[in-house]
Amino acid sequence: MAAPIAIHLEFGGGAELLFGSVKEHHVTLPNQSEPWDMKQLLVWIRGNMLKERPELFVQGDTVRPGILVLINDADWELMGELEYELQDKDNVVFISTLHGG
Amino acid sequence: MCQVDEEYNGQLEHRVTPRGCFKEYFIHKFRAMLGKNRVIFPGEKVLLAVSGGPASSSMLSQVQEGLSRDAPKKLRFVPGIIYIDEGGASGQSMEERERAVAQLESVFRATNYHYHIVHLEQVLSLPSSVLEAGSSATEKPQTGSSYKAAVDQFIQTKKNQHPDFSVENAQSHLSSLSMQKVENGVTSPITPEHTQALQRLFASVRTLTAKEDLLYTLRQHLILHTARTQGYTKVMMGDSCSRLAIKLLSNISLGRGASLATDTGFSDPRYGDVVIVRPMRDYSSKEIAYYNRMFDIPSVFIPGLDTKAQDKASIQHLTESFVTKLQTDFPSTVSTIYRTSEKLHTACPPQNTNTQPFAKCLLCVCALDTKLGESHCQCTKTASHHRNVLYSLNKSKSFCTEIKTVDLKSLLCYSCRLTIKDMVSERTSITSHYS
Repeated sequence: MAAPIAIHLEFGGGAELLFGSVKEHHVTLPNQSEPWDMKQLLVWIRGNMLKERPELFVQGDTVRPGILVLINDADWELMGELEYELQDKDNVVFISTLHGG
Repeated sequence: MCQVDEEYNGQLEHRVTPRGCFKEYFIHKFRAMLGKNRVIFPGEKVLLAVSGGPASSSMLSQVQEGLSRDAPKKLRFVPGIIYIDEGGASGQSMEERERAVAQLESVFRATNYHYHIVHLEQVLSLPSSVLEAGSSATEKPQTGSSYKAAVDQFIQTKKNQHPDFSVENAQSHLSSLSMQKVENGVTSPITPEHTQALQRLFASVRTLTAKEDLLYTLRQHLILHTARTQGYTKVMMGDSCSRLAIKLLSNISLGRGASLATDTGFSDPRYGDVVIVRPMRDYSSKEIAYYNRMFDIPSVFIPGLDTKAQDKASIQHLTESFVTKLQTDFPSTVSTIYRTSEKLHTACPPQNTNTQPFAKCLLCVCALDTKLGESHCQCTKTASHHRNVLYSLNKSKSFCTEIKTVDLKSLLCYSCRLTIKDMVSERTSITSHYS
């Protein structure tokens, strides 16, 4: 993809604690030759946004068990999980279900 | 899950939106859970325990849905809300606690139900009577047909207490609440000394496992006390299926195997006059998170004792991590544990008027699963003696030294003994009562 893509990220359910308690983030992913996929997005978030305790958000290639991922309000399992290719203006939400209630 | 409908939407014969379908399914599950286990009587006062988290906030919105005028066969009970501010125990500053309380108050005010904000510090000044199991108001219905008899009996009892009580009165009372400004539970102001006493209590506990267990016990006592003083006969807790599966396994590890049925079942009758029900026990945490996201259910995230803790910090936390990880690879884990827990029943003692009533643990009010001390009579005498001192703040030091460690331990169940053993004896009056 030639142009950089703008992504809207949201964190909820306590996950925002790892990102300076800020729930909403607008990020622009730098351009690169191959399209961005979720796997690369996670690596990018880990490197650029996570303020502390990366193991509480990312485990190996994927998110920690217990964290729900929604892409444009649909479960990412329906979109291909890590292989989903990001489009411009996509909305990705990470909700932690580990804090009960 | 209805999410799958999105893929097949174009191929369905009739246009059914997955959102609408999911919402109906979600609401139906709540009503079905209450309908299947008919323990809530019309016109009864029910206390909703809301922690601000997703499950209890979802429960609150389901109650609103069920009580709303246009719901078919709407639910008929009188709700109240309680929120326990645990910031003193989990190390939050006063500003953070006030901010969380303010956020929750705006959510509660929008419901127009009576609400109570209670600080955990108030548990230190509870009367000893909170540890007594009250007598149940009505007998447990044996079959479905006697539910009607139980309801009639309930209404009759209420009529004797309040001559002009009727279900219609209760409903009109509820609707008048929405029209006038609701006068809400005034919280007694807490002083820094109270907070420090609470912090000392928790600091005297060595392991996080025991801290979490103690926090849970104190929270239950506070909810129970509020329910009793404000006239609520039922308490609704927001434990989801996932949370109960984790609780089941961690309770076994904590030594609470004997009370698994009451700890994780739909209704918890251990307190007698106040019954705890868990209507959210059929929902997984994933479903709740989706519903809250899709339908904008407000929830407030409040850090707890085990926030950002290591995996192995406590038994409860480790179990949670175990179950959650297993669930990703084997999605039937939680539902299997849940189905197994449904098969658990409390063994009822033989109905014999000559036998002594079952001895109860002092802290968790479950049947004692440990052998009693020298003689049962002696223990019940010292039990009432201990209850009188357990929650008093101003006991003199000389009196405290009279209480021997061995006496108190014989009144606790196996698991509560372990929690208390974890406390280092200190000179504060509370902890010297416990240790």
